[in-house]
Amino acid sequence: MIEALRARPWTWSFVGAAGAFAATVAVLHGHGAAGIATAALALAVFMILAGVGQMFVITLGPGNIDLSLAANIGLAGAVSMTVMNGNDAGIGPGLAAAVGCGIVIGAANYLLIWLLRIPPIIATLSSSFIIQSVDIAYGRGLQIKPPTAFADFTSLQMAGVPLLAILTVLFTAGAAILLRRTIYGRSVLATGQNARAARFAGVAVGRIRAITYMVCGALGGLDGAFLAGYFRGANVDIGNEYLLASIAVVVVGGTSVAGGEANLPGIWGASLFMVLLLTMLNTFGAGAGMRLLLTGLIIVAVIALAGGRKPAR
Amino acid sequence: MTVSARHLRGFLPALSLALVLAAIAWLNPRAISYFGFNLMLSLALPIALATVAQMFVIAGGELDLSIGSFISFCGCVVATWLDQAPLTGVAILLAGILVYAGVGALIHLRNLPSIVVTLGMSFVWQGLAILVLPQPGGTAPDWLQSLMSLKPPFVPLPVVGAVLLALVCHLLLMRTGYGAVLRGSGGNATAVARAGWSLLKVKMTLFALAGLFGVLSSLALIGITTSADPNIGSNYSLLSIAGVILGGGEFVGGIVSPAGAVIGALTLTLAASPLLTFMHIPPDWQIGANGALLILVLAARARFSRPEAA
Repeated sequence: MIEALRARPWTWSFVGAAGAFAATVAVLHGHGAAGIATAALALAVFMILAGVGQMFVITLGPGNIDLSLAANIGLAGAVSMTVMNGNDAGIGPGLAAAVGCGIVIGAANYLLIWLLRIPPIIATLSSSFIIQSVDIAYGRGLQIKPPTAFADFTSLQMAGVPLLAILTVLFTAGAAILLRRTIYGRSVLATGQNARAARFAGVAVGRIRAITYMVCGALGGLDGAFLAGYFRGANVDIGNEYLLASIAVVVVGGTSVAGGEANLPGIWGASLFMVLLLTMLNTFGAGAGMRLLLTGLIIVAVIALAGGRKPAR
Repeated sequence: MTVSARHLRGFLPALSLALVLAAIAWLNPRAISYFGFNLMLSLALPIALATVAQMFVIAGGELDLSIGSFISFCGCVVATWLDQAPLTGVAILLAGILVYAGVGALIHLRNLPSIVVTLGMSFVWQGLAILVLPQPGGTAPDWLQSLMSLKPPFVPLPVVGAVLLALVCHLLLMRTGYGAVLRGSGGNATAVARAGWSLLKVKMTLFALAGLFGVLSSLALIGITTSADPNIGSNYSLLSIAGVILGGGEFVGGIVSPAGAVIGALTLTLAASPLLTFMHIPPDWQIGANGALLILVLAARARFSRPEAA
């Protein structure tokens, strides 16, 4: 039993999510359990979108990480709200603009990595500085509300289950198939396991990396638009918490930081766990400081329990 | 050819600083004065100390994403405990350094990716900072305030501090036997272990040094700002990485330069704020200027370094 859990560290995250949910409901004597579940699903969606993007990048292998995700989410949120301009007719173009903005950011990130031959962490760090400035200059004082239809769509529920959560289940299932069953997905995994071997086996490593950074950018852009819809407007800081959270859910969800090994169900488990953990601490009356402290300790404990990369050759 | 290219590369950090200084001198000659430097570089010392802290971690081939929130936490302790109950304050700061060494030990023993562990620790420090000081406030101890507002003759304090810092760290890391071992652990850990050195001790030392310089950075920062805020150091994690890289450091191979790191931090400080102000660019673009500077320097470096086998 313990061995099975150790072999699949991400199962912990589902156990943890259930535990946090049970504890919250117990404290509330069963009141509002459905509401808590609905709210947790709605908030987890935003973490999952960012997490899946980050997961694809991290799976590319050691050193691959996208630090520009938070700035990307912020800018795409502002761009989508501007393009939609409060009109229902603008929803389609607005979403397309957000995704397009993300793809451009992803492409720019890979261009920096490739042209300057610098580690992705530094490339995405520098680009995030620039995107952040663009967002501050462009998005300051931007007070465009999302079109009513779009705002309703982001908070629409069917029998207590947010529509976005249902779509995200379908999306993650699609992403899992993409990863396991398509040439692109297998190439990502192969590149992450051993880029040299992958290249000799005929994988166009450069192209796979470029596509992956753009996929991550696109997901960040989409996330930004949804967030701006859900919170009824974009602001510069809207994406801030999703940078660290995206890395945390990837790792807690059992994806290998060394790359070449990804886990999509784990992202769901980890995101629900993080959201429900915060809900639980809120219910217990813990302040912001205690919430951060415990979140951090739990991340470190999960990582330490799951153990690290295999010893280097 | 390769030798001259490598030389050029070694001078790149100093060259970028000189270029930024030249631009400032051209835009506003009056800024090049005792008073001007004191003002322009007022926040340089805490950033340089944070960069040096990050440099020790990078020397061992790891990365510390928690140094910024650690500095926030220490800053809150400095503005509260250290002021009102100095002994307790000192004890808490020392305990912080011990925790840093412990994080190094954990990363080594469980073979964990440092990015993730320090990411988790950044939540921990941020949480502790808010618990110590929920709202911005507190006061820096008087001795710290007067120390940071010293006006030494001829050379402004930030410059004196930066030179001293670069000198001490250079001697520590580049001129001692154990310094070579520390850097070696980032270059070839197996070789260092085979030579009989304890990698556990090496990693703990590097992280403890990072913690120590993090504490020093918070002392300098609070001495200047005179009060604290639980987010006061939040930019420092990423800024310090940028500083190390600007100063010629590499993520792998234990290739770092203490003098370069200090120069990198000074360049970032000058390019971000004074240069932009003199160019009449709104402060919105401050962070972006840091990014652009980083890209420019890295592009120059890619130009000068020999093509590496991918």
